Amino acid sequence: MKSLAELAEIREKNRSKVILPDGSKNLRVVVGMATCGIAAGATPVLNTLVEGVKAEGIADKVAVLQTGCVGVCQYEPVVEVYEAGKDRVTYVRMTAEKAERVLKEHLVGGKVVEEYLITTAQKA
Amino acid sequence: MAKTSLYDTTFCKTQQRLALRNCGVIDPENIDEYIAMDGYRALGKVLTEMTPDQVIDTILASGLRGRGGAGFPTGMKWKFASGNRGNVQKYVCCNADEGDPGAFMDRSVLEGDPHAVVEAMAIAGYAIGADQGYIYVRAEYPIAVKRLEIAIDQAKKYGLLGKDIFGTGFNFDLSIRLGAGAFVCGEETALMTSIEGKRGEPRPRPPFPAVKGLFEKPTILNNVETYANIPQIILNGAEWFSSIGTEKSKGTKVFALGGKITNTGLVEVPMGTSLRHIIEDIGGGIPNGKKFKAAQTGGPSGGCIPAEHLDTPIDYDNLLAIGSMMGSGGLIVMDEDNCMVDIARFFLDFTVDESCGKCTPCRVGTKRLLEILDKIISGNGEMEDLDKLEELANYIKSASLCGLGQTAPNPVLSTLRYFRDEYIAHIVDKKCPAGVCKKLIRYEIDPEKCIGCGMCAKKCPASTIQKTDYTAPGHKLPSMKIEQANCVKCGACMDTCKFGAISKH
Amino acid sequence: MDMINVKINGKTYSVAKGSTVLEAAKAAKIDIPTLCYLKDINEIGACRLCLVEVAEMRGPALGPWRMVTACVYPCTEGMEIKTSTPKITASRKMNLELLLSNHDKKCLSCVRSTNCELQTLCREYGVEFSRFDGATQEYAIDDHSPIIRDNNKCVLCRRCVATCAKVQGIGVIGANNRGFDTYIGSTFGINLADTSCINCGQCIVACPVGALYERDDTDKVFAAIADPSKHVVICTAPSVRAQIGECFGYEPGTDCEGKMVAALKALGFDGVYDMNLTADLTIVEEATELIGRIQNKGVLPMITSCSPGWIKFCEHYFPEMTENLSTCKSPQQMFGAVVKTYYAQKMGWDPKDIFFVSAIPCTAKKFEVGRPDQSAAGVPDVDVAITTREVGRMIQKAGIDFKNLEDEKFDDPFDIGSSAGAIFGATGGVMEAALRYAAEIILGRKLEKKELDFVEVRGTEGIKTASYKLGDLTVNVAVASSTGKAKELLNMVKEGKLDVQFIEIMACPGGCVNGGGQPIQPAKVRMDKDLRAIRAGVLYNDDANETLRKSQDNLAVQVLYKEFFGEPNSHKAHEVLHTKYIKRGL
Repeated sequence: MKSLAELAEIREKNRSKVILPDGSKNLRVVVGMATCGIAAGATPVLNTLVEGVKAEGIADKVAVLQTGCVGVCQYEPVVEVYEAGKDRVTYVRMTAEKAERVLKEHLVGGKVVEEYLITTAQKA
Repeated sequence: MAKTSLYDTTFCKTQQRLALRNCGVIDPENIDEYIAMDGYRALGKVLTEMTPDQVIDTILASGLRGRGGAGFPTGMKWKFASGNRGNVQKYVCCNADEGDPGAFMDRSVLEGDPHAVVEAMAIAGYAIGADQGYIYVRAEYPIAVKRLEIAIDQAKKYGLLGKDIFGTGFNFDLSIRLGAGAFVCGEETALMTSIEGKRGEPRPRPPFPAVKGLFEKPTILNNVETYANIPQIILNGAEWFSSIGTEKSKGTKVFALGGKITNTGLVEVPMGTSLRHIIEDIGGGIPNGKKFKAAQTGGPSGGCIPAEHLDTPIDYDNLLAIGSMMGSGGLIVMDEDNCMVDIARFFLDFTVDESCGKCTPCRVGTKRLLEILDKIISGNGEMEDLDKLEELANYIKSASLCGLGQTAPNPVLSTLRYFRDEYIAHIVDKKCPAGVCKKLIRYEIDPEKCIGCGMCAKKCPASTIQKTDYTAPGHKLPSMKIEQANCVKCGACMDTCKFGAISKH
Repeated sequence: MDMINVKINGKTYSVAKGSTVLEAAKAAKIDIPTLCYLKDINEIGACRLCLVEVAEMRGPALGPWRMVTACVYPCTEGMEIKTSTPKITASRKMNLELLLSNHDKKCLSCVRSTNCELQTLCREYGVEFSRFDGATQEYAIDDHSPIIRDNNKCVLCRRCVATCAKVQGIGVIGANNRGFDTYIGSTFGINLADTSCINCGQCIVACPVGALYERDDTDKVFAAIADPSKHVVICTAPSVRAQIGECFGYEPGTDCEGKMVAALKALGFDGVYDMNLTADLTIVEEATELIGRIQNKGVLPMITSCSPGWIKFCEHYFPEMTENLSTCKSPQQMFGAVVKTYYAQKMGWDPKDIFFVSAIPCTAKKFEVGRPDQSAAGVPDVDVAITTREVGRMIQKAGIDFKNLEDEKFDDPFDIGSSAGAIFGATGGVMEAALRYAAEIILGRKLEKKELDFVEVRGTEGIKTASYKLGDLTVNVAVASSTGKAKELLNMVKEGKLDVQFIEIMACPGGCVNGGGQPIQPAKVRMDKDLRAIRAGVLYNDDANETLRKSQDNLAVQVLYKEFFGEPNSHKAHEVLHTKYIKRGL
């Protein structure tokens, strides 16, 4: 990297992938894959989502990524869905089966699976 | 619509994420995502717009203090090492040898945002005039190590590490060194000795690392969380950072919240937040309707803070004043079921195990301290043992070679200070009020209540429950009895009994 | 020298900038107790006994009083130091109590009793037992080599570790385990005998307590003396007479040759001989070998072979250089060989009936006596090698009043030794003695008195080099003492940075006078006295006042060649006086 301009260029190119701009139709799905998440079983969750998105043919619209720890140990594995203009959605204590449902109902169907929300888990 | 986000929970609402800003947000294995979140802009800024002294002045003005435990002003550390730039070999080191039981702040940063550390170390290198950095990370953190390796590789490919960064002529390279699992290697001089390839043992200071550190060259060493704050201070300015926190402790602090608490997890709050807020609001209080007894901060180097100090605003100086310390950020909550003598013993047992053995007070002293606690816990304590504990603990504190020994007695001293009555109960009444210390508790079967079903005897792992020849009025079978001599105090009998005939004394 | 002002116990002193608190206090004649500190060798602040209270200037005012380790803490301008307060005393007592709580307190029979730094401190501070007794460690004593380690007495000061690694460049001992389980030993806890330890014994003289000592062979000697069928003879190395006095309270640097001889005779030895004689014999053999190698283009540089610690070091660390070693046996081995061949034959004794004892300043010689190819008469040349300390103990045990003995002389026919042989005990001495011989051979004439001093090779410097022009021949020489320095020197030679024909190496720093078998002086004494120089002074004084200053002029040596060996490096001489080496590697 020889100049700030180069850095700015990379930033611009990627910014919209991380912070979805208003009007974007894309979804960004992150799976907590720090040691805590992996230990709690995040790997099959991530795999299910990555493969499911491909199988559903929505890979160009839904980005599934690994991320670090969000800090809520007892709720791992955690999956969060970002959508422009909406509150992010935090799913907790995920499993491959639950991920399958989130894929079908939320990522494909556009409907939040209330049962798996952190807010639901906390009420219980 | 129902609330859906983590950020809608009380756990997150009042947190302020600086060091953890990218954790759980970006893909840590993709440098582009870090750059998208303004990554490496701070490095670009210092290299193209600031002199090294301006960088140091900014860090000084921000009031950032070391997050590894002692809270030394980071800018001062850098200033001490900044002389003679360009003429001597210097090093920048990162302490990622997080070892406090229950602490995982640094691991989270390394696993969630490794580039923040890489960028900050390059900034530090520029500030003091070093072209080589080492990250000392414990081998028990394989994912952190892997992500750091990826981050360093990517940064090298982008030319953000290596020669002539941003075309400014500044060179900086980074290597990883793996720790082999010794807690003492989190002590700065021991860490450097270990990087040098020797047995990880501390050496006396002075000379301080800023003068004679790694390979006897001027060196700065900062903790992961400290580094994670640096890029934002550069981008947002010292004033922004110093507006957060208390007068003497600026910014935020990450805590690993655990123990008897509803919400366990990683918490980042502004300095000055009260313990009560962290425990009752963020942590959701003590589960099962139990009563709060103490909060332990600072891990094996820290102390136990009782309810009377719950409203103390947490910062470096306040914690020291109440006999604990910030430490790297472990925060363990204890309720009425925790025995404070047992807690002191737990942490001391850890330091006894982790003492490197170099200096006498720590090597022998902590062992003797532990032996006195064992004596008290097993019901053989005498009142004069408390004086011995105090005398020895204060000696170890004042005479040990390094921070490990100097702080090792803190769990003992702080529990003696706030929970002396529990010690006395163990010594005088031969009782453990919390019912934890096995040698001081006894399970007994009430012959009048026991119906003689024998379920307890079946569960007993020590086969120490026998039939008696007494049958209580109204019962068909003779009652059972525990032979105390062989009882292992596991409590399985009490858990099994459906008739409430077994009690703990 | 830049000076700074410090106040010690209320009085102002001017001390050199860079001084530690300990050094400043020493200059002010105030003694601060230490245990792990060994000047220039072990300055690690580990034992925490030397804690003192200091307050330093913080801007215009004095900062808070703090406890610091005097041995490593640097003085700063305006610093105030208190070396003795109730707090400091309590701290030191506590420290000693903790040490005692895990120490094998069998002081009554301890080899270091009355010369133990821990014992001295306990006496000074009135600490007899520990209020903190608890678990103790029990270690098996490692007595598989002449260097015996009893970790039950170890205080983990690490003086031995630093000496082995830093001074000797070996490093076969270090801390194992951690915390309360820490002990000093070799990697994986293997016996010292199975390592590349060279038995130099420098660890023993560094040890403040009784955790390290040499194998005691005195009972074997007493038994032999009591056996009427044995001819029991002893020869003493030059450095023994120079230091034996220290065992009896004499100041270091007191020559006690006459009393030593008298004491050994009183012990009942049938013959008390002077090893200077075989030092002279060594010179004649070795210098002849050197001239031969130079003239016949043999392997050069040739390196001396009289230090058995050095020999084992070479075999382990420089196995490719064992051809460079002179094949000459050491003076001790030559002596035993001469007595058991030539003298046995002359007296009509069976060599098996001779019990040859060598008194030496060295622990490596205990290993040397058992080496292969050291039995010229079919029995070991030397039966037992005992250190200066053991000689001292034998004299004490036998109840001999050393101080009041009348001087006596060595026994005929091995009573003549030149002062060239005497200076063998100091680094550079062998070199100088060899040069006195070689010069005469090469020049083909006798040297004049003023030509006898080769002062460039004298002194306690670790590495010395010199170049001498002898007629048409220029001889470049180098001298190293301590195997650490030897390593440096040999690497220079290997890298082609140094072109020399002859090298003298002594395993111990300063040479035999400072050997691993010498009386032990506490760290306190070693802090302000250079024992190497003081002890070597005895030998150089001897040389300056002696008329017999060349090995070749020793009449006894001449008789040996006339009656037995024929000429230097003869076939017979090779059989009796030369040996072979082993490429041990690591």
